[in-house]
Order: sequence, then structure tokens, then C-alpha cells
Amino acid sequence: MAAESAYAVDLSRAMVMVPTTPADWLVVGPVAIPIVTGALLLMVRHQTRLHGSLAVAGLFATLLCNIGLLARVLGEGPQVMTMGRWLPPFGISFAADALGASLALVATLVAVVCALFAANDIGTVGRRYGFYPFMMLMMAGVGGSFLTGDLFNLYVWFEVFLISSFGLLVLGSQHRQLDGATKYAILNLVGTTLFLISTALAYGIFGTLNMADIARKADGLRESAPLTTLAVLYLLAFGMKAAAFPVNFWLPASYHTPRIVTAALFGGVLTKVGVYALLRVMVLIFPPERALLSGLIAWVAAATMVIGIMGALAQSDLRRVLGFVVISGVGVMLAGLALGTPEGLAGTVFYAFHSMIAMTALYLLAGVMNSLGGGYSLRSLSGLYAMHPLVAAFALILVLAAAGLPPASGLWPKVMLVRASLDSGLPWLAFAILATGLLTTLALGRVFILTVWRPRVAEKPQGSAMPQTGYLALAALCLPIVLMGVYPEPVIGVARQAADAILDAPTYIGSVFPGETAQ
Amino acid sequence: MRTLIFRTIAPYLASLMVLFSVFVLLRGHNEPGGGFIGGLIAASAFAIYGIACGVAPVRRALYFHPMAISGFGLLVSGLSGVVSLFKDMPFLTGQWAEVHILGLAVDISTILFFDIGVYLVVVGAITSIALALEEREHV
Repeated sequence: MAAESAYAVDLSRAMVMVPTTPADWLVVGPVAIPIVTGALLLMVRHQTRLHGSLAVAGLFATLLCNIGLLARVLGEGPQVMTMGRWLPPFGISFAADALGASLALVATLVAVVCALFAANDIGTVGRRYGFYPFMMLMMAGVGGSFLTGDLFNLYVWFEVFLISSFGLLVLGSQHRQLDGATKYAILNLVGTTLFLISTALAYGIFGTLNMADIARKADGLRESAPLTTLAVLYLLAFGMKAAAFPVNFWLPASYHTPRIVTAALFGGVLTKVGVYALLRVMVLIFPPERALLSGLIAWVAAATMVIGIMGALAQSDLRRVLGFVVISGVGVMLAGLALGTPEGLAGTVFYAFHSMIAMTALYLLAGVMNSLGGGYSLRSLSGLYAMHPLVAAFALILVLAAAGLPPASGLWPKVMLVRASLDSGLPWLAFAILATGLLTTLALGRVFILTVWRPRVAEKPQGSAMPQTGYLALAALCLPIVLMGVYPEPVIGVARQAADAILDAPTYIGSVFPGETAQ
Repeated sequence: MRTLIFRTIAPYLASLMVLFSVFVLLRGHNEPGGGFIGGLIAASAFAIYGIACGVAPVRRALYFHPMAISGFGLLVSGLSGVVSLFKDMPFLTGQWAEVHILGLAVDISTILFFDIGVYLVVVGAITSIALALEEREHV
């Protein structure tokens, strides 16, 4: 480019010539800010006292950036930036639509609360081993997954958050944690390898990896290329990451082993990235294939939600119960994918918002209960209402939220999904959702009765410190849960807009390729 | 492995390899080479020095902890992408400047800084793994 004056080069054939404004940079902020903060944290690895405040500041900046991005996306439609100014599909595009931007916002909100909770929960040793850098890099990976517009780039961000999550899982290096991390690592690597193979096949078919480009080329190749095979491969690969039945066995094997903050972050955020990837690929790129597979997806959804929650009923460790509740929630979200209607998809998106916040809050609640009652076992954990009524109040709200009962946030997405199932003529799917709600009430009601109402069965634990940050974190998460429950209109609006965004492929394609008319 | 021959030759070999890694890094813009392969060569140099003379001298010679070097590299790479913000261009767009050093015109670009960042990330990460493994061996 130094020789620009010597030759007459028409840069507009290769590069995006429209100047980008600082507001356009909001698309890369949710990835760039956590990476830069993570790098700074690595450099000050030994000054562990700085870690908490640096990480919270970085995540808070990311949160502000996400809010700005979502506001812009809701106002002006999808926001696109192509890295290095090369024209798409040659440059890698970041394309934020209402779905990706809203999920990235909720994920970052959850991460801010987890970082606050970790300030007291993760000691100097955990920080020396890199809890906060791993967390920041994981959030960079999660943000990148939600915002990227390129299939291979999506794979890269999956790897970024997976490798960081391995680091978070082994933190502590106990036998149990290494055992859980090994299972998690091997089974997830199988899933991502499948994702990589599918992506190679997609590149072989389309000659491009830009999602908008694939979406507009898919129609012309339906007759000749094995697109259904490709869609099934993606369903399996992302279903594994989302912990859908029958490839969900890695989640109960690993989520009860790490530190409780790590489990909270994983249970809240990571499975939803898998669900998001399913929505993005199946609804935006392969709508006819999704319609063909909808019967299969509906059965997978029903099996995931019912078998998941049955697993929760059988457990006696609080963290294992929650692992199965996470799986059951994934089943509920897949129901909307099976339906594929705007109402069903909006229900899925709303459920994803709810599930991220509620599952993180439930895991953090388990952490608070552990520090107050001394253990996670439902056999000994008891008498919390008498000792700490505030914990009982948080527990009540969260149990109602997860079970889908008013006045908490779980009610409305389930209402939307049940209505969408009935409208699509699938009453058994609606019944499965309702039955899951009942079983969740039983499973978590049992937890509530045993831990909160039951008089103390064991000796009072030796004076553990009052978890002030724990209460603060729980309050910060219970507030949106109750708000979404009593005043759901704005959230339903965002969820509907997100559902419309993935159903409306021409707008997405048009935003990535502004100069060309969408086919 | 700590034979007299190896211990004598290792410092020279390591310093030559580090020098060569910098050459490969700078060559990488237009020809085969670059930050990743350069970083691997430098990390092998530190690993050889560690095998020959022990891990403690390597850590002393590096001065900074390898993970901190890695973090600094990530920071440099990340920030090199942000420069284009001030030129109304997208993230990671290469920016060029011509500077005169001792009468020579040299083109400096943000791409070079990105590559230096990659070099440091690879050096830091691989060296810290290699040193940790070598330490384990001598316990």
C-alpha cells in the first residue's frame, strides 16, 4: 500500500471502502475487550490482588459494549464488520443480529456476576493458577461465537472457549476434578472434531465459509449437494455441545466437579452457545433441512427434557441435581428449534435468556448453601430457613423460576413454547414441556424442602463467614429473573425480534453484502 | 543429557537459534516465515538451553515469566488491531508508516506488530510448557 500512488489500483474491488465509525466497532468490542483484559491479567499473574478488580472492570466494559451493540442492532438491524477491510466472503465478517447480540449481552451479565462472586470464592492459589485469565478468554470465545458470521471462525471461537474451560475445570487439581475434566475434554473434543469435519464438508460443497454466503448459495445446490447430511452432522456436533439426549453424558460426568463459580458459568453459558449454534446453522442456513429433520429434533427435545429432569430426581448431590436441570432446559430450548415457527423460536430465545440467568443463580445458590451448611449432599444439608431466611427467599425465587411458575421468568417462555407446539399440531410436545415443568417442580421442590425447611439433621458447621458477595451476586441475578417474570413485554419483544432475525435470511445476507442484491 | 560437549555448545546454539528466529519472524511478511514458526524456533532454543544447563538459568535469562511474555504478546497483537480505529477502518486493517532510520526508509506496519505478538505468545506458551516438563524430570 506504500506504493499506492505509483499504480492506479482500484481498491474498491477488494476492500470495503465505506469508512467505519467508532460506533461500528461495538461489534468487535465484546471479543477484543476480554482478550486484552485477559492478556493484561496474564502479565500481572503474580499480583493476585489486582485480578478481581481488573476482571470485573474488563467484563463491565464488555457489558456496556454489548448494551450499545444490542441497542444499535434493535434500532438499525444487523451490524457487520469485516476484519482487515477485505470484502466478504474473503475477509472474516462479524455479523451481529438481534439473536447473537442479545445472547452475548445476557452471557456477559452472568459473567460479571460470576466474577464478583469469585472475588471471595477463588483464593490466591486459584488466581495464581489463572482463574481470571481463563475466565476472560472463555468469555472472549463465547462472545466471538455469538457474533461471528463465519463458520470456521465459529469453530475457532468454540476452541477458544473450550480450551479456556479445560483450564477452569482442572483448577484445584484434585483427583475428582481431573477425572471430570478428562471426560469433559475428550467428549467435547469428539464434538468439535465432528464440527470441524462438517465445516470441511461445507467448504467442499460451497467453496465459502461465510454464513451469509452459504445461505444464499444453498438454494442453488439443494438438488445436487448432500445438504441434509451436512445438516445432520451439524445437528450431532452442536447437539453434543448443547448436551442434547443421547449425547449429553459428558455434562453430568463433569459439571459437579469444578469450583462452584466455574460450574455456574458453565451451566449458565456454555450449553446455550451450542443451542445458539444450532439455531444459527439450522434456521438461517438450512431451513428446508431443518423442516425435514423437525420430527427427529422434536423427539430429541422431548427425550432431553424428560430424561434430564428424571436424572435430577434421582440425585442426592445438589450440584448433580443442577447438572440434570441444565440438560432438561436444553430440551425445552430444542422444542422451539423443532417447531421452527416465529413464536416457537422466540420462546427458545426467551428461554435461553432465562436459563442463562437462572442456572447460574442456582449454582451460585448451591455455593452459598455449601458455605453456610457445610456440604452439597442433600442428606446432610438442612435447616437453612431457621439460620438464614434470606437464603431461603433466594432459593424460593430460583426454584419457581426453574420450574416455570409465576412470578419468575421461567413461566413466559414455556407459555410461548406450549402455545407454539399446540399451534403446530404437536400436542405431545406441549405435554412433554408441561410434564417437565411438573417434574422440575418435584425435583427442585424436594431440594427446597430438604435444604430449607427440614430441621437441622447434622451438627451446626463451624462458623463460616457470612457470604456478603454471595448475597450480592444472588440479588443481582434474582432481580432480572423477577423483572422478566412480572413485566415480560420488553424481553418478549427482543426475543421475537431475534427469532425474526434468524428467519429472515435475506436481511442478514443483505447486511453482510450491502452492495449486492440478495438472491 | 548434561555432557560436557552439550553444555559447552548449548549456549552458542541457543543464541544462534534465537537470532535465527528473529530473522524468520521479520522475513515472514513477504516470504515463508512469520511469528508462529519464529516463536517455535525460539522456544526450542530455550528448551535446549534448559536441557543442557538446567531450568533455573533459563528462567534467570528470560527475566520475565514465560506466561507474562505470552500475555504481553497477546496484548500487542490485540492492540495492533485497534490502531485502525483512528483511521475509520475496520478492526485489524493493516496501517503503514515510513520511518527513516540512519538514512534508510523502512516501512513499519501494524501487521509486523501483530506478528511480533504472535511470536511472543508462542515463545511464552511453549517455553512455559517445556520448562515445566523439564523441571518435573529433575525432581
